[in-house]
Amino acid sequence: MMDVMGFFDIVLALALPWLGWRLLASSDLFRAVVLFISLGLLMSLTWVRLQAPDVALAEAAIGAGLTGALFLSALRRLERLSESERRLEHAGKREEDETIPPEKRRRAKPVAYVLSLFLLVVFVLLLGWSLGQTPGAKGGLGPAVAGQMGQSGVQSQVTAVLLNFRGYDTLLEMMVLFLAALGVWSLTRVRQTQQGEVPGPVLATLVRLLVPLMIIVAGYLVWIGSSRAGGAFQGGAVLAAAGVLLLLANVTVVRQVPAGLLRWALVLGPLLFLLTAVACMGGGGNLLEYPGQSAGVWILFIESATAVSIGVTLAALYAGGRPPAPSAPEKDNEEGPGSGVDKGGKA
Amino acid sequence: MNTLFLYTMSGLALFAIGLHGLIRSSHLLRKILAANLMSSGVFLIMIVGACGTDQVMIDPVPHAMVLTGIVVSVSTTAVALVLVCLVQETTNRALLWQKRKRGQGGRTDA
Amino acid sequence: MAFLHGLGMVCILLGIPFFVSGTIGLLRFPDIYTRLHALTKADNVGLGFVVLGLALQAEEWNTVARLLLIWLLVLIASSASCHLVARAALRRKIQPWTRP
Repeated sequence: MMDVMGFFDIVLALALPWLGWRLLASSDLFRAVVLFISLGLLMSLTWVRLQAPDVALAEAAIGAGLTGALFLSALRRLERLSESERRLEHAGKREEDETIPPEKRRRAKPVAYVLSLFLLVVFVLLLGWSLGQTPGAKGGLGPAVAGQMGQSGVQSQVTAVLLNFRGYDTLLEMMVLFLAALGVWSLTRVRQTQQGEVPGPVLATLVRLLVPLMIIVAGYLVWIGSSRAGGAFQGGAVLAAAGVLLLLANVTVVRQVPAGLLRWALVLGPLLFLLTAVACMGGGGNLLEYPGQSAGVWILFIESATAVSIGVTLAALYAGGRPPAPSAPEKDNEEGPGSGVDKGGKA
Repeated sequence: MNTLFLYTMSGLALFAIGLHGLIRSSHLLRKILAANLMSSGVFLIMIVGACGTDQVMIDPVPHAMVLTGIVVSVSTTAVALVLVCLVQETTNRALLWQKRKRGQGGRTDA
Repeated sequence: MAFLHGLGMVCILLGIPFFVSGTIGLLRFPDIYTRLHALTKADNVGLGFVVLGLALQAEEWNTVARLLLIWLLVLIASSASCHLVARAALRRKIQPWTRP
């Protein structure tokens, strides 16, 4: 049995760089993104093989799923933009120069290519050598964490590190996530044309079936996080997937969410986390030093709040912009039946 | 032990391929994909470093750091993708590629 | 217990050929519709066998329930995504393959 697993390890370890190479070498961007998603899934398998189930869950949900969805929606938007540009070009004059893909122009310089490849190989060899020189940190902080588990208030070591021993990491990470949402919101608005087509009956049924289930699963993941693999990030990712599904299906409920509620949901996690951290200082402790035996309760409290915020933030990142102005939905409704009629005409 | 070495090499290769793609590819979307590959390679090396054997315990701290890293990389990716869309919107192309005038481009192409 | 364990192993081994054939179909079939057919049909049967095998090996009812839930979810998701992909392909006017 061990030999089978060893063989599997070899195949997996070889497949990862190979897929990476294929995805960067492919000329089709859509293919590259699909390969990227499959690479993420293989990474998730690798995490399981390397005894990191928490990371595997997060990678499958966030690294492969949500990042892939982000790339696909960005790709669609880029294609739509270039299509409208091409239409403009057709209307006006056509420039031959622009049809040459820049990759081909670059191929024409073999010296630069060889030189960059050579430098890369040298760099990687140096990197590998320095990695070999690093003093072996075997075991590392494992025994230290195991020794302190009694005070952490949870049974899962990763959760204890994330929300107790190195809580400030997670606090700052929530802030990064929040900043990303702010950045996206301040850069663009969601346009009406981006809000998709009319969902078919299958997608609508799927959403009705899956979204409640996903919310339950998210809650379960947050709850189980205190003792096994799971936690706020995994739960939040499942919530975000539910949000993406709702956005894809173009359900009217999504557009009727009041803007204030959305903003509060974005802020909820970081704000409560920060308030808790500061409140811990009030009792004479350090930042995020939970008082007495209550650490478990605090962690569950923070995790629930952050899971909601992570879900909403990631879904907002997928939506890719500030929600449209209140008058927008009516325009969208006008567009919906129109495209439906158009489809009927073609069929 | 041997398996761990294999995975370390795999992570190193992923990092190198990502770096190569980041420098070489011209389309911005592919550059972001390459940056994501690089981070995947780094995560892989970190987790391999934390991997326990029969005598040694698993180190949960790198696991937590990689979890944090995954979420941070998804947020940076999201912002970068929005920026790419903006670049395409304003310059009509998603490339970090100076558009050359026709007269100047001929010589280097040959 | 050992009997159930062996039976579970047999079920899992029975499921693997379906996954293999589904993957071969995905790689070798000529157009998107036949590929979808291979992928969803064969893989779902394979998944059924694997879940059955794992459920036979499970030690608690708790685990069995979770496995069944996973099976159900994958069935729903794969059939729905198959439908969506095929619908998108039809909308782009991709013609089904016919024997030349």
